[in-house]
Amino acid sequence: MATPLIELRGLEKAYRLGDVDVPVLKGIDMEIHEGTLLALMGPSGGGKSTLMNILGFLDVSTGGQYLLDGRDVTTLSANARADLRNERIGFVFQNFNLLARTSALKNVLMPLEYAKHRKSAREERAWAESLLQRVGLGERMDYQPSQMSGGQQQRVAIARALVNRPKILFADEPTGNLDSKTSEEVLRMFQELNEQEGITIVLVTHSAEVGAFAKEAYHIKDGLIVGGTYTEK
Amino acid sequence: MFLLAQIGSAFVSLRRNVLRSLLTMLGIVIGVAVVITMMEIGAGASKSIQASISNMGTNVLMIWPWATKTAGISSGSGGAVTLTEEDCAAIRAECLAVEAVTPSLSRRGIQAIAGNRNWTPFTVYSGNEDYFTVQSWGTPDSGRYFTAREVRTAACVAVIGQTVKRELFPNEDPVGKDLRLNSVLFRVIGVLPIKGANMMGMDQDDTVIVPWTTMRNRLSRSGGSATGASGASSSSSTESDTSDVYPAVSASTYPEQDSVQAENYLLPVRFNNINQITASAKTAEQVPDAIEQITEVLRRRHGIQPGEEDDFVIRDMSEMLKTMTATSGLMTSLLLIVALLSLVVGGVGIMNIMLVSVTERTREIGLRMAVGARGSRILTQFLTESVLLCLLGGLVGIGVGRLASTIIANVLGWPVSVSLGAILISAGVSAAIGVVFGFYPAWRASRLNPIDALRHE
Repeated sequence: MATPLIELRGLEKAYRLGDVDVPVLKGIDMEIHEGTLLALMGPSGGGKSTLMNILGFLDVSTGGQYLLDGRDVTTLSANARADLRNERIGFVFQNFNLLARTSALKNVLMPLEYAKHRKSAREERAWAESLLQRVGLGERMDYQPSQMSGGQQQRVAIARALVNRPKILFADEPTGNLDSKTSEEVLRMFQELNEQEGITIVLVTHSAEVGAFAKEAYHIKDGLIVGGTYTEK
Repeated sequence: MFLLAQIGSAFVSLRRNVLRSLLTMLGIVIGVAVVITMMEIGAGASKSIQASISNMGTNVLMIWPWATKTAGISSGSGGAVTLTEEDCAAIRAECLAVEAVTPSLSRRGIQAIAGNRNWTPFTVYSGNEDYFTVQSWGTPDSGRYFTAREVRTAACVAVIGQTVKRELFPNEDPVGKDLRLNSVLFRVIGVLPIKGANMMGMDQDDTVIVPWTTMRNRLSRSGGSATGASGASSSSSTESDTSDVYPAVSASTYPEQDSVQAENYLLPVRFNNINQITASAKTAEQVPDAIEQITEVLRRRHGIQPGEEDDFVIRDMSEMLKTMTATSGLMTSLLLIVALLSLVVGGVGIMNIMLVSVTERTREIGLRMAVGARGSRILTQFLTESVLLCLLGGLVGIGVGRLASTIIANVLGWPVSVSLGAILISAGVSAAIGVVFGFYPAWRASRLNPIDALRHE
């Protein structure tokens, strides 16, 4: 079998509260293969968001190993992690996190400001426009977040997460602020992206309904994987 | 390219909150405007002080013969009349720091008569055609000043001051009228502009100015002791003294030399030696240069060996200059303190707003970090914003300051003077304030933990 895109070996994370170490992740072993649509599920406080932050290089582990493409990336400097986030990873958040008073197009273009190898402004713009069309917002590129519905905002956020051509997309409760109809639209979009573009997607959610859209799922509870890799129906 | 993009994105974020950006800028705008206005008023004031002082002649140098010793007895200052017309010409030709130079004779107590009126001017001065430049008289109020030719031919022409004009020609134009000085007939060719009292309270307008050759040949009985007021009072009262009308060559105009004196002096003391030369340096700052150059020229011309004492003395207004420099220096530093204070206040405002902005945009910072912005990029972004804010504020402030000082100049009539230095300094200082006061908030932003920042409400 090919090298997994991400491999975790006994990953641990503890927060320091005063003099006491509070463990959040207590040894996670996990493999994420390229092209999967994975759900990290579990109750709140179970450690799934912490796991996603470590997987997305927003946070660092306090024990264990993290291999990305077979390369050990457990201890990287803050700058190296920032570069990795920029080149490999896209984030979609629960509360969209769009820049206020900024058009959809400019929101999508924003991550490119921090790219190492930049293309011409026209190419970048064309790429961002095609992404907005891809998420069905071709008509609303000049709209500002306040002029859009939640579903539309989340789709802008998805376009923004894709603008760096990432290998992995992390979505943290992407439907938490959406009604069930738009939730389904957004989740279908993730499925489409996964099937048509082959983008690896990791969904973090506490809801089984959302988990149902994934190809495989891990159940995390109290810092441990309690349910193995299996496909939920 | 990177810088341009950086400035562009900073501009975009500033535009996202226009009102706050403008209010933040206001502190710097006011600070810089105050600096510019104060500097321009200060520069104008110090320029006008300088002008009024140089009107009295800060750059004027007076050269007198110094004491000689004959057989151990000092004659005191002016004891030997060693300065000549040629010295004067040499100073003019060779001293680069000297603007103009004139022989200078003056007498007091000469009675002036015009028609049925008479008046005794405080002092009758004389000089060559450059006298008016040296004494910074400017352009004549009416008529003209005398020419080199009139000086050469000892023409009986006179330029009178405003006080003399008022006393002798109250209701008429004096130019072209006749005037008798000690019964010598002069023609009035010009009237001096008003100068007012000098620093000692003497009325500078109470004067008549004639060519120095005329003064020497027709108004004085000797070229040697003309300045003394004591000898003058007696001569003015005696009308029957024909020597005033026909200046006979008397023995006293040729001081006799004994053989020792003749050996001591390279240049014989002659009839046309003069007892004072007045020169003006090009600027007040060049006075020391001018003194040095004149000393060198005169020592050479008088054949004074190194180590020997000068046979002349040069006096300037250096004390007055020192006072002036100290005054304007004090003024400048006072203004600088005010300027600094107001800019610091503006800077604190910037810091305050930038801190608020960092707090308010914590989520944005978290997001930017999540999509791959390094801490240094966040730092430079916020720094660029605050520098941009300060620079814009500085530019507006320069405009407002210029406007304010123009209004002050026009409404209050205060002298102002555009100070390029102040403009450059305030632009530089406002950029520096942007960096200094923007650094801490920017640094705080760059140190944020992306996870906490993203969760920030």
